[in-house]
Amino acid sequence: MQTYKLTVNGQTREVSVDPGTPLLWVLREDLKMTGTKYGCGISACGACTVHLAGVATRSCVVPVSLVGDRPIVTIEGIGEDRVGRAVQDAWVSEDVVQCGYCQSGQIMSAVALLKSRQKPSDEDIEESMGGNICRCGTYVRIRKAIKTAAQQLA
Amino acid sequence: MVPSGRAFRGSSAVLIVIACLAWSTSLSHAQGASQKPASTTSEAGLAAWQQVYSVLTHPRCINCHTATNHPEQGDDRHRHLFNVVRGPEGKGVPGLNCATCHQSANADSTGVPGAHNWHLAPLSMKWQDTSDNILSSKALCQSLTDRSKNGSLDGPAILHHHQQEPLVLWAFQPGRRRDGTARSLPPLTHEEFVSATKTWIDAGTPCPQNP
Repeated sequence: MQTYKLTVNGQTREVSVDPGTPLLWVLREDLKMTGTKYGCGISACGACTVHLAGVATRSCVVPVSLVGDRPIVTIEGIGEDRVGRAVQDAWVSEDVVQCGYCQSGQIMSAVALLKSRQKPSDEDIEESMGGNICRCGTYVRIRKAIKTAAQQLA
Repeated sequence: MVPSGRAFRGSSAVLIVIACLAWSTSLSHAQGASQKPASTTSEAGLAAWQQVYSVLTHPRCINCHTATNHPEQGDDRHRHLFNVVRGPEGKGVPGLNCATCHQSANADSTGVPGAHNWHLAPLSMKWQDTSDNILSSKALCQSLTDRSKNGSLDGPAILHHHQQEPLVLWAFQPGRRRDGTARSLPPLTHEEFVSATKTWIDAGTPCPQNP
């Protein structure tokens, strides 16, 4: 066990865990922040996506020992960000969610995309969101919501 | 993005390529010698090149020296899973960067390899064709020694790259797979690889006459 100080959504949190513990489980089990989901555990589905220093990151494969001092933003905190707020609003207005399990990760990836591409093309969206899998097949609405958010942010 | 192999690629490839600056074209040793007398015979240089080639074409290296829009992974060099794409700088695209999974070091507890500045080698440093066939020894050597493709590296710069570049070093310490087994290693140790590179460069970076 080792003690780590993590900055999560702007707050410093201290945890004592095995260094190899994936960040996802630190968030969910130790910090009780269950908005970030476990899907596959091998970075194949994107449900566990958080932002590490602004980079969309699969928390299921990043050991807590490699987080360092990079700030972590999760789905619980992304709404404090202007782009994050716009994406969440668009998700609601376009009624994107069906079962909802993958949507935390979808939103985190969409925010990362819109922070780099103010007006993403269909190709941009397909490439950037290609690692986020939705078992309900909400992809069409996800694309529409990303474009709606981009328009709101313009 | 995940597993096994992209590391070494970009950088090491670049370095290697650079080494050949002195020359320009096709074959054997000659040109490097025109700038600086080769201290090693061309036969020894060609033998050393074959050793270097055996490393460059190992999956730990070549998986990220693709000619396509995506990296490869695994010893079978399959297309990288998770819809990973090259992106404008060889680091993926926003929302799905290399760093989305690959951190600054190997993550042995989760099986994801990592090293500083994980990225795909630029297309100018491709060591495969678009059908994923590995370039011949002659073709790869010529590409590697073409300064217009190798990042303008000369011999010493290539050697330095092979000695110091984090992604090159990663290839020799690639960590563990998700099932806990060790990733396969290139056929030479890092020390042997550097030694072979030096011998090849000292000989004037000769390339084979035949594929």
